[in-house]
Amino acid sequence: MFRTVLIANRGEIARRIIRGCRALGLRTVAVYSEADRDALHVKDADDAVLLGGAPARESYLNVERLLAAVRESGAEAVHPGYGFLSENWRFAESCAQAGVTFIGPSADAIRAMGDKPEARRRMAAAGVPIVPGSADPVADAASAERVAAEIGYPVILKAAGGGGGIGMAKVATSAELAAAFATATRRAQSAFGSGAVYVERYLQASRHVEVQVFGDTRGTVVHLHERECSIQRRHQKLVEESPAPNLDARTKRGLTEAALAGARAIGYVNAGTLEFLVDPQGGFYFLEMNTRLQVEHPVTEEVTGIDLVTAQLRVAAGEPLPFAQDTIEQRGAAIEVRVYAEDPSKGFLPSPGTITRFSLPQGDGIRLESGVAEGSVVSVHYDPLLFKLVARGADRAQAIEGLAGALDACVVEGVKTTLPLLRTVVAHPDFRRGRVHTQMVEQGAFNG
Amino acid sequence: MAEEIKAHITGVVFQVTAKVGDKVAAGDPVIVLESMKMEIPVEAPRAGAVKEIRVREGQTVQEGDTVALLD
Repeated sequence: MFRTVLIANRGEIARRIIRGCRALGLRTVAVYSEADRDALHVKDADDAVLLGGAPARESYLNVERLLAAVRESGAEAVHPGYGFLSENWRFAESCAQAGVTFIGPSADAIRAMGDKPEARRRMAAAGVPIVPGSADPVADAASAERVAAEIGYPVILKAAGGGGGIGMAKVATSAELAAAFATATRRAQSAFGSGAVYVERYLQASRHVEVQVFGDTRGTVVHLHERECSIQRRHQKLVEESPAPNLDARTKRGLTEAALAGARAIGYVNAGTLEFLVDPQGGFYFLEMNTRLQVEHPVTEEVTGIDLVTAQLRVAAGEPLPFAQDTIEQRGAAIEVRVYAEDPSKGFLPSPGTITRFSLPQGDGIRLESGVAEGSVVSVHYDPLLFKLVARGADRAQAIEGLAGALDACVVEGVKTTLPLLRTVVAHPDFRRGRVHTQMVEQGAFNG
Repeated sequence: MAEEIKAHITGVVFQVTAKVGDKVAAGDPVIVLESMKMEIPVEAPRAGAVKEIRVREGQTVQEGDTVALLD
């Protein structure tokens, strides 16, 4: 096992990873930008290294500075968290070249799954169903129109080089395609350094269900069941839970088997997630693979009792998986909500500022993962996630009750948050019945 | 009479999409702000000609700051 781990991230996930390292008795090194001098993750760690200026490219995305921080601090391993450099295969490769362990999959696996058309090809070859669409990026709007006419509208344009909803554009008719193509290409270019865009059929009223997988260096790959993540805005998740409600046993088995086949086909090592769309008939299609720890990993931890971060550390250190497939069970139910510094009444506009009041509930079955506290400055430079609230119960109804009570008890002042929307979601009859799909927020199901 | 176009959120100027002299329609973006990994356009409140641009790319603006003038 390593002695020292550097956490190449900030906010709640850096704090979560520091806790995981502590559980194994490892020394932790935080990194920070000038805007994060007083951040909680810096205080939590045993040591901290300043990377550079507030903009992420000068700090959390600065590979050279990160590798220098690794050398200065004597870290033997780097945990990338999620976002920032976590799915950057060049960073994983640079770590390997510098003789430091990247806590995650191989650079090759990151590269193959990061190239979305390539990921679709590899998964299709492994027998995993994929959403109908173009095999390769489309060269221009006219080619996009040809593909769209073939697979049928509505379609969605996606950046070949990225994920996280960035550069995605839904297109309802051929008349909208040229303008949407231009926007998607520009966004993809600015976010991922490549304007390549591909076309997929847009599945309406479908659910987002994903499967957590985990592989070790001995070739063992297991799944840790599914998560339902349909409540989203801008293709980014707001509510996640495990087990997925109303998922029939056959579909569930199909999903976990497909996820294992996909992960095995690429020799996957460490924690990863295969995301699927499930249509109202129970048909499912591979969307993409996230080659890292997910934001929503706590719901899986809560129902399986498995600590995913310490498992990541063990597997990265060459140990076998600390759990076998037949011992991984979903017990009870867990639901997570993401509280963002955004104003839901103004189309989720960002709401930077200083947190003047911050009072969160505590209690049995309630787990908090927060990157901020009273007095924290929420900067314009980073993702607006403030904290995650996770409720666990003996069953889904109990988890919902716990979550509803906890949400009511949350007081955050100084910045606008998604709390009012989340309270509405959790009280909504369709959510309570587990009848959810990915377009509910945008269709206004939770307005007023 | 010139009308001030104000930023409705705090952010960093990601792009200046209009230049002085441009004729814009109501709702056209004049600048694009980046805040918390999102791109947010600041739009012309009415039709007119851009009289002055008061910000440059990379600059931080506060909510309520005047970013441009419309003739």
